[in-house]
Amino acid sequence: MVSMDERHWEGVRLHVVTGKGGTGKTTVAAALALALAAGGRKVLLVEVEERQGLAQLFDVPPLPYDERKLAVAPSGGDVYGLAVDAHAAMNEYLEMYYHLGRAGRVLDRMGVIDFATTIAPGLRDVLLTGKTYEVARRTAGGHPVYDAVVLDAPPTGRITRFLNVTAAVSSLARVGPVNRHARLTMDLIRSPQTAVHVVTLLEEMPVQETLDSIDDLRNAAIPVGAVVVNQVREQYLTNRDLLAARKARLDRDTIRTGLAAAGLPATDTAVEQLVIEAAEHAERVDLEAEQRALIDKAGRPVYQLPRVAAGIDLTALYELAEALAGQGAA
Amino acid sequence: MLGDPRIRIVVTCGSGGVGKTTTAAALAVRAAEQGRRTVVLTIDPARRLANSMGLTELDNTPREVNGVDVSAGGRLDAMMLDMKRTFDEVVESHATPERARQILANPFYQALSSSFAGTQEYMAMEKLGQLRQRDDWDLIVVDTPPSRSALDFLDAPERLGSFLDGRLIRLLSAPARAGGRAYLRVFSVGMSMLTSVATRILGGELLRDVQTFVSALDTMFGGFRERADETYALLKRPETAFVVVAIPQPDALREASYFVERLEADGMPLSGLVLNRVHASGAGGISEDETRAGVERLASRREHRLTAGLLRIHAERLTLAGQDQRLAERFTAAHPLVPVARVPALAGDIHDLAGLRHMGQLLID
Repeated sequence: MVSMDERHWEGVRLHVVTGKGGTGKTTVAAALALALAAGGRKVLLVEVEERQGLAQLFDVPPLPYDERKLAVAPSGGDVYGLAVDAHAAMNEYLEMYYHLGRAGRVLDRMGVIDFATTIAPGLRDVLLTGKTYEVARRTAGGHPVYDAVVLDAPPTGRITRFLNVTAAVSSLARVGPVNRHARLTMDLIRSPQTAVHVVTLLEEMPVQETLDSIDDLRNAAIPVGAVVVNQVREQYLTNRDLLAARKARLDRDTIRTGLAAAGLPATDTAVEQLVIEAAEHAERVDLEAEQRALIDKAGRPVYQLPRVAAGIDLTALYELAEALAGQGAA
Repeated sequence: MLGDPRIRIVVTCGSGGVGKTTTAAALAVRAAEQGRRTVVLTIDPARRLANSMGLTELDNTPREVNGVDVSAGGRLDAMMLDMKRTFDEVVESHATPERARQILANPFYQALSSSFAGTQEYMAMEKLGQLRQRDDWDLIVVDTPPSRSALDFLDAPERLGSFLDGRLIRLLSAPARAGGRAYLRVFSVGMSMLTSVATRILGGELLRDVQTFVSALDTMFGGFRERADETYALLKRPETAFVVVAIPQPDALREASYFVERLEADGMPLSGLVLNRVHASGAGGISEDETRAGVERLASRREHRLTAGLLRIHAERLTLAGQDQRLAERFTAAHPLVPVARVPALAGDIHDLAGLRHMGQLLID
């Protein structure tokens, strides 16, 4: 456990959030951005999967290729959002460095941009990470425009390949400006200014993928941040009751009396159903404990986020942001 | 569907993390045990699931799965897709041995054939076409790659095919051959600009690699697109059944909806939606409102902690079940004709044949 006032990521400017599909990585990225923005800072939340996940989460119209304010953080501070699309990033890249103007549009018509963004191996990832690099390093009047950038990144299965941009281009462009830009991006990704956080549930497959991706990231010399355990269940039963629940040996009479005290029908059906559900609950608790032990072995800070039964809205995001901040994430 | 001898191909698709591979495997086990000679083509199975089917090597060879009940006359083979190997085979089967060697050694080809940008989808389709052509099985069950979007499975092969056969690559190889004469001048202007820009940005080396690759590929022009088109046509035939997989979460169901709409628009045969990990609320128990009221009443008291805990577990289940039910209903309201098979949330993951058999049973019920 970390102390309340310890902050784990002092000096980190680029927070990359990954996780297996379905673990809630977009939600966690958004909550982290809110937590980092708290107290008057400015944070940019970037998505690169072209699914408008941020717009849906914050309930705003689809984001253009432009930075838009999404939410205000607790006690001041702003979270901006940016949906990077590879096609626009490519055009911007060409314009920024080569001032192609009309020629750029000709290239577009000839299918060159499509080639670069959808087919050419690795180029797409270079464009997306390159744009993230640009916003993370952007300054105005000598100061960074954003205090932190949070990247809602591709899932664990693709994260190392996505971030390892120099490997991606070195097989393609061994020299030249693209190679140089990729190397600059890679320098930032490998620096202590970056942390890759992995979101997981306490289930076998997400945990396995979390551990695999941590290994892969380490082998690629990319700094691993925290593991965020999402949708953690509350502890409803005492350890002794769990033990009995596992074997469906809970005392039926105690339950019956309890039901009566709660003003509920204490029928045999009701009691048996509660006993069966308790056994399943205990089985899950055991599985979760096993998975949690595996995560702890990875030796990274672990944050827990509660299950939000009512669905994720802005209020829930604030709560999750607070939970993250309270555990040292921001 | 599984018992219908007219169905020869089942494709499972959906967004990442919804249980596509497991669903494909469960359907395959079930079909095999019902007496059909079945092969399942998996793309990127979780290690333990792969092990349970004896899939230890990524070698593109279907191997018989042990432990499947073959008393009804069926069998089950399983294989994992080796994307690069499949691509190499396409090249080898279309080019002279010398040309093939040139292509396989080309750095651009090597990057293209081992990247994820559409190649995996293209090769999954290619492999499916090959398996179907062999005609050794009654049923082929295909899992789809973990893409950014489920639609990629349908679109990526076309994209790669049209790139490889497209005018850009022709321009790169031989500008004079591109298009009709009327376009010639425009294309040459475009070409010289393209060359100079690409050289400036990527460096001349890449361009040379692409050009060598393309000229070596010359004999195969038309082949890629044609093959992609053929497999696409195969997917439209009534012998194919698409199974869309989702979990009761808004994102996954939205993705499933896109896919269902796309299948309808393209006239592709949709068999139904598998809704995995649905929380069930058991019949005859205490209702959610009653349960919550009961929890409230016990909250202030020190005794009955066990019952209070049990009621909270019960209430949470009912909440989840209610949410899942609403999401399922919303999907059905939008797509009233799509049958939905619900698979209840299981406590643990599936990683053995018994688990797959159990899931197969749930799918059919």
